[in-house]
Amino acid sequence: MYSRAYKTLVSLPPLVWVGTFLLLPYALVFAHSLWAVREGVMVHDWNLDNYKALLTNPLYAVVLFRTMHIAASVTLCAILLGYPLAYYLAFHAGARKELLYQLVIVPLWVSYLVRGYAWKTILGSDGVLNGFLQYLHLTREPVGYFLYSPFAVVLMLTHIYTPFVFLPIYAALEHVPRPLLEASQDLGASSVQTFWRVILPLSMPGLLAGATFAFVLSLGDFLAPLLVGGPSGTMIANVVQSLFGAAFDWPLGAAISVGILVITISLLCLGEFLEKRWAFQ
Amino acid sequence: MTRSSTVRRAPLLALYATFVFAFIYLPIVVLVVYSFNRDGVGGFPPRHFTLGWYTVLFADSSIWNSVLNSLIVAAASVALSLGLGLLAALALDRAGFPGKSLFRRLVLLPLILPGIITGLSLLMFAVFSGLHPSLATVFLGHATALISVATTELFAGLQKLDRAQEEASLDLGATPWQTFWRITLPNLKLSLIAAGLLIFTLSMDEIAVTFFLIGRDNTLPLEIWARLRRGITPEINAISTLIFVSSVALLVIWYHLRARSLGARSPEFLEQLGETS
Repeated sequence: MYSRAYKTLVSLPPLVWVGTFLLLPYALVFAHSLWAVREGVMVHDWNLDNYKALLTNPLYAVVLFRTMHIAASVTLCAILLGYPLAYYLAFHAGARKELLYQLVIVPLWVSYLVRGYAWKTILGSDGVLNGFLQYLHLTREPVGYFLYSPFAVVLMLTHIYTPFVFLPIYAALEHVPRPLLEASQDLGASSVQTFWRVILPLSMPGLLAGATFAFVLSLGDFLAPLLVGGPSGTMIANVVQSLFGAAFDWPLGAAISVGILVITISLLCLGEFLEKRWAFQ
Repeated sequence: MTRSSTVRRAPLLALYATFVFAFIYLPIVVLVVYSFNRDGVGGFPPRHFTLGWYTVLFADSSIWNSVLNSLIVAAASVALSLGLGLLAALALDRAGFPGKSLFRRLVLLPLILPGIITGLSLLMFAVFSGLHPSLATVFLGHATALISVATTELFAGLQKLDRAQEEASLDLGATPWQTFWRITLPNLKLSLIAAGLLIFTLSMDEIAVTFFLIGRDNTLPLEIWARLRRGITPEINAISTLIFVSSVALLVIWYHLRARSLGARSPEFLEQLGETS
């Protein structure tokens, strides 16, 4: 129905643009990771030294491990908050369902920076939380370790990603065929059994999608550690960012980025694979 | 039996849901409340209501310059990413070309990849092609990254479009060009507006990509970011409150538009996150 000219006209501009400003830049990251810096100047001297440094210097493994740990904590907390919320909305909220759903969506539109900044003002040593604790006479001195800790990073990222985890879980729960639940109950299953044997397995693809998303985006975050993390909350993307700034070693930074990219894409593929397996059951 | 009578009460779960909502909204409430607190951010309870921080904010020209910069970048990004996203959506919907499925995944990458990777890859590209970091490179970054959002939203719109209308138009002698302007585009109006609002909001808020591409002129988030390094003042609460209010205003417009035709729903790209990776 559409002519050849029409098809060419619509495909060509986005293809060229995406090729130039997306594919080529990603390829440049890969190219940089194979170059080197000698005497403060970047040279196009193809080698694998950056990758060797990553694999042999334990410092990178330590930061990567901490990053994974933070990302896993965020994912777990976001599921623990998001799943029951989605469950409540899908099965028990009744007439208020639509309103409550919109209330979960609103924060998604509110600036990442605004929300991060809010946590900074709450957790700081002259912050709102310390003021509150002293007001209740629970503490006398300001507590210093709320802010600038891995805990603060996990808290802030959990706050950001809980709505993202909620969404696919809620969508999955809404699609659980209601007659199945009645059948389960008619056949004598308790509501706990119905949850574990019927609802949870059917919502697994949504859970996996949300979890993958929260994990992957936490893994590559460098703003939360800068904002509320402090030195003990430094994550892998902060290493990249400092290599592109003061430390000036683009090739090494690029090699770490390729590492992040590989981990991210593998996780997305794994998530997709698992979702498909669950969907077929 | 009606649906509502099958809703069983679950007081514990309701309590937990309330707790989650409190967690989601508490920081925003604190932020807004302390923007009116004379004695600054922190301390409890907030005392002495004042509008003073807003007065300071309105007199602060570097903030408003950065707002202007952000508005320019966001408006330009909306125009470019909507244009290219529309073409990309049409191409994915209607054209077959080699590497189509690769292209689909590639367009969506900036949504799923950490912003730092998209940001520094474009920084490398800028250096490689001799561009100096400036608002122009920031625009390039935003527009390119947000084609993903435009493409998903508009592709979803095209899938719902009634093909028969286009066929009828062509059968009745309209040229493909006329059909595009008179049938395809008007049918996509809602998706275009919705995607535009979304791209505008995301661009106004973007930091990770901007961080690497910014020159001398700051965007609003980067201006706030720079100030945070120097310490926090309720002036930042005041501007953050205004950002919050404008985001919610845009969201209300979005719902209003969406509710009129489709029933209020979340943005398409969020729904597809799980499926398109």
